[in-house]
Amino acid sequence: MRITQGTFSFLPDLTDEQIGRQVDYALQQGWAVSIEYTDDPHPRNTYWEMWGMPMFDLKDAAGLLTELRECRKTHADCYIKVNAFDSTRGFETMRLSFIAHRPPEEARYRLRREESEGRLLRYTLERA
Amino acid sequence: MSDSIDLRALLAESGVGEVLDELDRELVGLAPVKTRLREIASLLVVDKARASLGVEGAKPSLHMCFTGNPGTGKTTVATRMATILHRLGHVRRGHLVSVTRDDLVGQYIGHTAPKTKEVLKRAMGGVLFIDEAYYLYRPENERDYGQEAIEILMQVMENQRDDLVVIFAGYKSRMDTFFQSNPGLGSRVAHHIDFPDYAVPELLAIADTMVAGLGLHLSVDGRGALEEYLRLRRQQPNFANARSLRNALDRARLRQARRLLEAGRVDADMLMTIEAADIRASRVFDAVRAQGAAEETPC
Repeated sequence: MRITQGTFSFLPDLTDEQIGRQVDYALQQGWAVSIEYTDDPHPRNTYWEMWGMPMFDLKDAAGLLTELRECRKTHADCYIKVNAFDSTRGFETMRLSFIAHRPPEEARYRLRREESEGRLLRYTLERA
Repeated sequence: MSDSIDLRALLAESGVGEVLDELDRELVGLAPVKTRLREIASLLVVDKARASLGVEGAKPSLHMCFTGNPGTGKTTVATRMATILHRLGHVRRGHLVSVTRDDLVGQYIGHTAPKTKEVLKRAMGGVLFIDEAYYLYRPENERDYGQEAIEILMQVMENQRDDLVVIFAGYKSRMDTFFQSNPGLGSRVAHHIDFPDYAVPELLAIADTMVAGLGLHLSVDGRGALEEYLRLRRQQPNFANARSLRNALDRARLRQARRLLEAGRVDADMLMTIEAADIRASRVFDAVRAQGAAEETPC
């Protein structure tokens, strides 16, 4: 099953050139880009591992792409995303975040149904 | 090939001509540097023309080494270099990241690589200027982390030469030993540009621009005194070309200020003129004065 989270996740995977263009846009807006990876892409898992520090003072996407390539080499079996953080007062949050790498075999999740009090049903996503 | 290309038009279109002319106007002397810059600019324009005809060649390696005595304008030219390369489309952003050993080399094991990479990432799309680059290599300490920084630099200079241009700068003799002990690095630097010392007339021309930049001007006598000053100062140790000149002018300004205060009432012209007396009060003339005094009192 294709994991869809973050921007562009319903599109075909971005090429490195397209990633570069997106990052260039983010840098133009004055956002700081960073790379994160995880082997647990559950939608509720908001804490991905950081790949190095966020890249402040970057002027060009080439810097991020170098790191991205390094990260792919090390964590080929993980999901890797690129984040762009806006530090403007009032935002102070991610403005853009997209998956830049998927493992060859995507993580699979299934829906688990649980009987609860009365006729109540609870549902939860579980790694298959 | 039947298609012909107007190289001049291409050059004009890139706007590089303006930058080069500006360089000619604003930087005095430095003939070999300017020639080399023009050559590089021409090469890039011709490459562009070739690319427009579909002949795609590998991008030339433009890593450079600026050698020369202190105050010969290495940093100034490096800043311009970033603009020129940007206009020619060789680098994408055209910013200059200026670093020294401290920014590249870490203090403990495992500290250097991230630090160097961080700087390289920041410089990508522009020009990385490494001032006093020979400090990177310390042969007297075999466990120095500088070597690690050099290796990372070399790797990026080779593999990502589309992404950044590295300029090393330093004094001639020490840079030569630096490259001798790091042959790999020396062979990756295609352009070795030597910045000559300024002659006295060139220094005077620089003085005129500096003084004008401060909103002042030199009186005729003052200019003569400055010329004499420069002749004497050049023979003394630690002469740092334009930097020494700037310092001398700064001190002259101090003396002028004191002189004006002592004078009490001044007019606009006096406020803006540096006189011979302001320059002749310098310590550099002490030797001459001593000599003069010795001649007057024979013994």
